[in-house]
Amino acid sequence: MNVSTSAHLGSGSMEPAELPARGKEHASLQQTLRAYGMLAALVVIWLAFDYATDGVFLRPRNFSNLMRQTAVTGILAVGMLMVIVAGEIDLSVGSLVGLTGMIAALAQANYHLGLAPTLLLACVVGMLIGIVQGTIAAHARVPSFIVTLGGLLAWRGVTKGTSGGVTIPISLDTFNSIGQSYLDRSLGIILATIAVLVIIVRECRSRVARSRLGLPTLTLTKTIARALGLSVVLIALVAALTSYQGIPIPVLLFALIALLGAFVMSNTTFGRYLYAIGGNREAARLSGINTRLWIVAVFGGMGLLAALAGIIYTARVGSASPDAGMLLELDAIAACVIGGASLMDGRGAVFGACIGALLMASLDNGMSLKNVADYIQDIVKGGILVIAVALDMLGRKRAT
Amino acid sequence: MKEPDSNSHSPRHAPLLEMQAVGKSFPGVRALDGVSFDLFAGELQALVGENGAGKSTLMKVLGGVYPAGEYEGKIVISGAEQHFAGVRDAERAGIAIVFQELSLVPQLSVAENIFLGRLPTRAGLVDWISVHEKASALLKRLGVQMPTDALVATLGIAQQQLVEIAKALSHDGRILVLDEPTTALNDSEAKALFRILDNLRSSGMGLIYISHRLEEVLYLADRITVLRDGRSIATRIRGSVDRHQLVSLMVGREISQVFPDRNRTPGAPVLEVANLRVRHPVIPGRYVLSEIGFEVRAGEVLGIAGLMGSGRTALLNVLFGSFPERTDGEIRVAGIAVDLQGPGDAIRERIAFVTEDRKRFGLSLIASVLENTTLAALPGLAMGPVLRRHEEVAVVERSMKELRIKASSPDTIVGTLSGGNQQKVVLARWLLTKPRILLLDEPTRGIDVAAKQEIYRQIDELASRGLALIVVSSEMEELLGLCDRIVVMHEGRITGRFNRKDATSEHIMACATGTVNPA
Repeated sequence: MNVSTSAHLGSGSMEPAELPARGKEHASLQQTLRAYGMLAALVVIWLAFDYATDGVFLRPRNFSNLMRQTAVTGILAVGMLMVIVAGEIDLSVGSLVGLTGMIAALAQANYHLGLAPTLLLACVVGMLIGIVQGTIAAHARVPSFIVTLGGLLAWRGVTKGTSGGVTIPISLDTFNSIGQSYLDRSLGIILATIAVLVIIVRECRSRVARSRLGLPTLTLTKTIARALGLSVVLIALVAALTSYQGIPIPVLLFALIALLGAFVMSNTTFGRYLYAIGGNREAARLSGINTRLWIVAVFGGMGLLAALAGIIYTARVGSASPDAGMLLELDAIAACVIGGASLMDGRGAVFGACIGALLMASLDNGMSLKNVADYIQDIVKGGILVIAVALDMLGRKRAT
Repeated sequence: MKEPDSNSHSPRHAPLLEMQAVGKSFPGVRALDGVSFDLFAGELQALVGENGAGKSTLMKVLGGVYPAGEYEGKIVISGAEQHFAGVRDAERAGIAIVFQELSLVPQLSVAENIFLGRLPTRAGLVDWISVHEKASALLKRLGVQMPTDALVATLGIAQQQLVEIAKALSHDGRILVLDEPTTALNDSEAKALFRILDNLRSSGMGLIYISHRLEEVLYLADRITVLRDGRSIATRIRGSVDRHQLVSLMVGREISQVFPDRNRTPGAPVLEVANLRVRHPVIPGRYVLSEIGFEVRAGEVLGIAGLMGSGRTALLNVLFGSFPERTDGEIRVAGIAVDLQGPGDAIRERIAFVTEDRKRFGLSLIASVLENTTLAALPGLAMGPVLRRHEEVAVVERSMKELRIKASSPDTIVGTLSGGNQQKVVLARWLLTKPRILLLDEPTRGIDVAAKQEIYRQIDELASRGLALIVVSSEMEELLGLCDRIVVMHEGRITGRFNRKDATSEHIMACATGTVNPA
């Protein structure tokens, strides 16, 4: 994942008055610390659960499960991050997961559609709903909180209505395999090798390009350390998954979406516009940015990702229930916020949101392994969400 | 008009309020520098000065907005020195300020607003009968008829202002400050307000009246104090001063040698404006802009002078397509009539707009120098939707070098930069769009002298490169030092046009205060 380019992971301070220019070192150090802090928290949680479960937690079988659980929340978190960065919110994604999953199930059960038309239908519906909600938020100036709160209720109602309130089983095995099967082991290894090569090539090309433009480059040791570090983490992940059954398809899809999301946010005009809109919408508008268009677009993207998450979720369970995906919007928002995104202004990075999603899923998985009662799980997750953000805010204030 | 009560100024009476040698600094700016000011009971004293002369800062010191310790000097009320820790303390000492932006809650009733935060209670419940009784008593004292249960949102600006004054009286205010109270009023409303102020003065209150409208000041005030550059320049008794003398007291200063020498020859007209007219969004029958017409040539800097609210910012917004109201009239860019529906259209016509108040309208303070600089020129730095990031960094580094933006790298967060450097980032953004027309609104507000000088140098250089520039500024010397021609605006109209060689501060100020009839 793209750590190096996430300028928004955490930024420095917002001084009210004029201060003399201060080094970037300050802000970037803080960013790096926050990223490492999150990773460290994740590792600590993993080790604690592993200890508490006598080593079951990090066993390949459970690890594979954990990653698969992360996929749905993670995909939603990537979309949610983009929405949050633009200064908006989408509360309807849980209901959209349920609705798009139900549409996929009904398309097979009642209309005998094949795999491709089923997927296409679910994705188009998800995206259209996102576009409609975004249009209402951007053009009718209804706050997105309200529009999508309405969506949360309405789309759940539509799901219940179309299903008649009963769970619809999935009939296509090919559809179920999207949620249940694994990438062939050798393919996984080939993919990992390619990924490592890409990492190395990217680092080299970046060095060459930067020195050609006369920009400062990292020292050679640092470059090697960075490429090596990323590669080791990647290989370890793939090795752990491969030692069980291989890379689960949902995990592969999540990884691709996260990479794409990180690329969009840091390397495209669209991503830059979203940060600008969230940072100061009036300034963005006065810089000639069509703020309404991009708000509609980001909600459309969110709808599409919710449909993908709905497909994976439904395929994993093998059926679409009218209650599927409930409260997933909150998990996705929590993942973003734990990952350093701010609901106040356009801060946040895809990498952080993904780690946040992994953290939330780890809590779920670990506590379930320990047979922690449902209600305590909720209390712990709620508490950790608030504590994580409080620590982050305190850290920010001190840095000011 | 009654004659001022000459007894009230005699030394036998101690002043109601004395502000002694008040000083206040902001980083890089000395906003107040030893201002002394006194006010007697039963007196209306006017405070006049250019924008930025220190009037608002002085009133914020008086109102406890800047607590004791954040300013130098003394505030003495009825002989007792005061140390306000906050606005509440000042209120308790009898000071009430009606700011230009009213601080009423529109969704609450008149009575609730008057007693906001201090609603009389009985047994822990709000005593509504007493609330309305007290409120109508206060309004009666002002000689105003108004239902006390009406929502403030349903009232006109003039009535809202009266509610604000009633609120001030409810604090048992002995000193009432009014900041530009008549800007949003029509003539008859203003006259009604003057009658009320007269009554309050006769009842023994001390009134401080801040206004740009000199005719009002001369009509109302017992004494007039002129502030300039954070200093109290003069205090004149009613009848001993006329408009022109006031104007020269307000401006009288020399232009320091911070401006580059100009040797430019203007080319063909790049921007032509004719019969521009915009209705006021709220007040019917009033215009934000009317009958505006001028042209700007390539290689020329046109200055727009005018006091706040004169329509100068609205004019720039109209020229950039970012004014929310419908515009009548014609705008031609390089001879071709254009219809600017939004900033996007303006940028396509290669018009750029360095907005006023960079923190509100210019920058995303949490984003980096790089992100802020390239924001308006991103499509040119991308292949399709994908940014050419390395090239982007190189472009920004070049801009930083050219404009001498002091930041350690393009990744520096803009919020950590000084005001001058922030302003240069906004300018850099617009220069990357390769404009042929550059609009600048208060380009040097709140920045230090060195940064100002560099912005002046840039403006001059851009003009020599053939751009057409419009500079709006409250600083007279800036306009006189930078511009080839100056137009002056007053209440949405152009009231004066000057070539550089004919322009003087006094002439401009006279036009800006409406002292001279439209030319």
